[in-house]
Amino acid sequence: MSKLTKPVRAEAPLSFQDLILRLERYWADQGCVILQPYDMEMGAGTFHPATTLRSLGSKPWRAAYVQPTRRPKDGRYGENPNRLQHYYQFQVILKPSPPDIQDLYLESLVAIGINPKNHDIRFVEDDWESPTLGAWGLGWEVWCDGMEVSQFTYFQQVGGFDCDPVAGELTYGLERLAMYVQGVDRVYDLNFNGRDSKDRVTYGDVFLQAEQEYSRYNFEYADTALLLDQFRAAETECQALLERGDSGERHLMALPAYDQAIKASHIFNLLDARGVISVTERQAYILRVRDLAKACCAAWLKTEAGGAANG
Amino acid sequence: MGELLLELFSEEIPARMQSRAKDDLARLLGDGLRAAGLEFTGISSFATPRRLTAVVEGLPARSPDVREEKKGPRVDAPDAAIQGFVKAAGLKSIKDAETREDKKGSYYVALLEHAGRPTADVIAEIVPEIIGNFPWPKSMRWGSGKLRWVRPLHSILCLLDGKTVPFAIDGIQSGDETRGHRFMAPKPFRVRSFRDYVQKLKDAFVVLDGAERASLILDGARKAAKMEGLTLVEDEALLAENAGLTEWPVVLMGTFDDAFLEVPPEVLATSMKAHQRAFSLKKGDDLANRFIVVANLDAEDGGKAIIAGNERVIAARLADAKFFFDQDRKASLEDWVPKLKDIVFHEKLGNQYERVQRIRMLAREIAPLVGADPDLAERAAILAKADLLSGMVGEFPELQGVMGRYYALDQQEDPIVADAIAAHYKPLGPTDDVPREPGAIAVALADKLDMLVGFWAIDEKPTGSKDPYALRRAALGVIRLVLERGSRLNLMNLLETQLNNFKPGARGHVRWGGREVEQRNVDLLTFFADRLKVHLREQGAPHDLIDAVFALGGQDDLLMIVRRVEALGRFLETEDGANLLAGTKRAINILRIEEKKDDRTYDQPPDPNLFKRPQEKALAKAVDEVEQAAAAAVANEDFEAAMAAMVLLRTPVDEFFDTVTVNATEPELRENRLRLLNRVRATTQTVADFSKIEG
Repeated sequence: MSKLTKPVRAEAPLSFQDLILRLERYWADQGCVILQPYDMEMGAGTFHPATTLRSLGSKPWRAAYVQPTRRPKDGRYGENPNRLQHYYQFQVILKPSPPDIQDLYLESLVAIGINPKNHDIRFVEDDWESPTLGAWGLGWEVWCDGMEVSQFTYFQQVGGFDCDPVAGELTYGLERLAMYVQGVDRVYDLNFNGRDSKDRVTYGDVFLQAEQEYSRYNFEYADTALLLDQFRAAETECQALLERGDSGERHLMALPAYDQAIKASHIFNLLDARGVISVTERQAYILRVRDLAKACCAAWLKTEAGGAANG
Repeated sequence: MGELLLELFSEEIPARMQSRAKDDLARLLGDGLRAAGLEFTGISSFATPRRLTAVVEGLPARSPDVREEKKGPRVDAPDAAIQGFVKAAGLKSIKDAETREDKKGSYYVALLEHAGRPTADVIAEIVPEIIGNFPWPKSMRWGSGKLRWVRPLHSILCLLDGKTVPFAIDGIQSGDETRGHRFMAPKPFRVRSFRDYVQKLKDAFVVLDGAERASLILDGARKAAKMEGLTLVEDEALLAENAGLTEWPVVLMGTFDDAFLEVPPEVLATSMKAHQRAFSLKKGDDLANRFIVVANLDAEDGGKAIIAGNERVIAARLADAKFFFDQDRKASLEDWVPKLKDIVFHEKLGNQYERVQRIRMLAREIAPLVGADPDLAERAAILAKADLLSGMVGEFPELQGVMGRYYALDQQEDPIVADAIAAHYKPLGPTDDVPREPGAIAVALADKLDMLVGFWAIDEKPTGSKDPYALRRAALGVIRLVLERGSRLNLMNLLETQLNNFKPGARGHVRWGGREVEQRNVDLLTFFADRLKVHLREQGAPHDLIDAVFALGGQDDLLMIVRRVEALGRFLETEDGANLLAGTKRAINILRIEEKKDDRTYDQPPDPNLFKRPQEKALAKAVDEVEQAAAAAVANEDFEAAMAAMVLLRTPVDEFFDTVTVNATEPELRENRLRLLNRVRATTQTVADFSKIEG
């Protein structure tokens, strides 16, 4: 056990940012590339090309990163103690999934101060499926004393393609985990920077106003006509890039095309929050995004990083 | 005698799959051994979250030698045929074969000896086969491997009499090691025998037997409750799940703020169960502000941190539940009714709002038939599905109906209406309670009949094991509502009315009970008859007689059908009944054969002038009398009396067959006697179609 992964006792609970720093340090020590957040709005850390696309193809890959996650519908104007339209996920992807991946994960909990000899850690069945990504996997939600602190998934398919080798994906809900570690019942009360009294910065100081403003935008003011145009524009651009980047054997623009699919997916989420998509239309939109994502995955498999043979 | 111990050690197996998996392992292993000629005295299997284990006792050291004789070609057969035989039988040359004689000459026979094999070799062959083809409901790959298992498989322990049976599958080499509890005893250890294995596991904080874990949890929870003057709310499924989530179950009790007790107890219990697999507790008849969780370890701090953590999570969950409850009560049930238009019931059957409109009319029609107030039944039907729009049912679908009742009471609806909203989904299965209040019965019947008629209208019927809309359960619900509450319903009338709400069918009309009805409703009634048979069989009541009653045609009052079946069953158990059945069946068989031969029926009355023997006259007289008496009794729904009347037929039928030849040489006598038999058949049909009864 390295010095950094020793159980943290008799110490003040980790601040929100220290929690992130510890996880990054821990996973860096496991040989992960520590990436920065992807610079686009997305509904889950899984959408990051470092997960969606890199989980496909034969090349090994280990990465960890924080991803801001946007769920327009989950906004509560800052009034709900644990629902947010913007929150952070810490995402780890290990391909191929190593045999000791469960132990590695449990060690990471130790690294952030959760001692499994005093806490009830469980792996509870939870199969994962993303209809918009055409992806699924088997795994668990990980419980700590009855609270879900992570998602643990062995990817089986992404974009409709078999994952071979299989990637293991770990997703930590950072706010929830921090609330647990700090013993806080309201997300806005989290100590963000670990300082006391007047130097203390809370999660609320950083994000409460944003939650209020974005809730207004998501539910009341987002221009739906404009959004519908943007959805179509992203879809059109994605299809165009997919077509023009395809040189037969190889694809030369899989990544820019995939950006457009991410964009379409987020715009759909906004439209959904604005309540302008009926139940039947909803399914049709999901299928449109899935078609884009699948085509991008197919394109990715024709790139070098996607494992296509040199040719 | 040998002992085989097999353990498949993996990452966490979903709790709901463990029980099936352990049975499958025992079955597949047992079948594989027997197929290889290895008989044994016993096999048992076990499952924990991380292991599937089987132990086989009393295995022989080797499979038995088997001798086989393989017949070959004639000695004078062409050489190619003989060489082919030598090759196929694995002989060196034809000299190794014997020659035998039969009537046609000499032929070759190869005597093949299949030597038995060491049991370990057989095991090393069949276990990888079982692992590779294990029937998990869902399986997966991991890493760079090709093997599929429910979650990654880490090690295989395979011992025959303490010795490792060597084999490998997808890079996993079998051995004699396993591990204990993930956190309390993670180090690997060696095992020598099943006894040794069970003991060492226990020392390493693993209780192998799921039933033992369940009883540890149950005893512990009961004891903990008792110490606090509380009682445990027992829940078998929750118990089984907790046993499947733990290798070393430890019962812990926590507390929540009693301010939450103003939220309905069903909500609290459901929230604690759904989110944390926690048991609720009662003080007297009321829910207590306590809960029990089952941890998977003896914590170093005695569980303090675990309890504190669970209390915090439960507080947050109950706060959510209370929020939904308070929010929901700001709206009224009526507000939600029009929004039911947004919930699709089935793509071909419209939305929930349309469905509610249909149920509402039907509930009104059924109400007077079951003694309910039509206005209250209609009111309950209108509001019955409104809670589907509530925040609480959105969060916990299993609380549908229950929440509707609370919200109805909150808005001062008649308690009958509120209770009917809660009860209208019932009964949910063969053991669920059947509503007692007439208003609830009316809505419950309307809900189920609308569903059945609807799905029959679009031709979506259950087939084989596929019944995605639980239509069998709906039909059984109707049957139990009718039989257990003594309701008299002419189903066909209700089905015909209800079918008018759907598109006209392509199936057309058929004659039924003296009128024209939709073919689809006749089909649906047959479905009811089938479900009724299954239901009666499960109740241990006579069920093979249902066809005999249904075959009379026009039968759609389930309560009367069952009464008649019961009376018929009792009658056939008497000597008179059994005898009359035999006689009647004889008459029917003769008639059927002769009618077919002559291609005509004999349904005109017999001519008294052609009766040659007193037995014919006596039978004709008895038939007339019995028919009148039985018909009158049936009209009074007194099936016992109808059966009693039938008894008078027995002697005349017997004596007729003893003395009279039906197929007389004189054509007019034969015809007259067949007409008389036809009268016997017609008379017995007053109570049942005896030709459908077996025996």
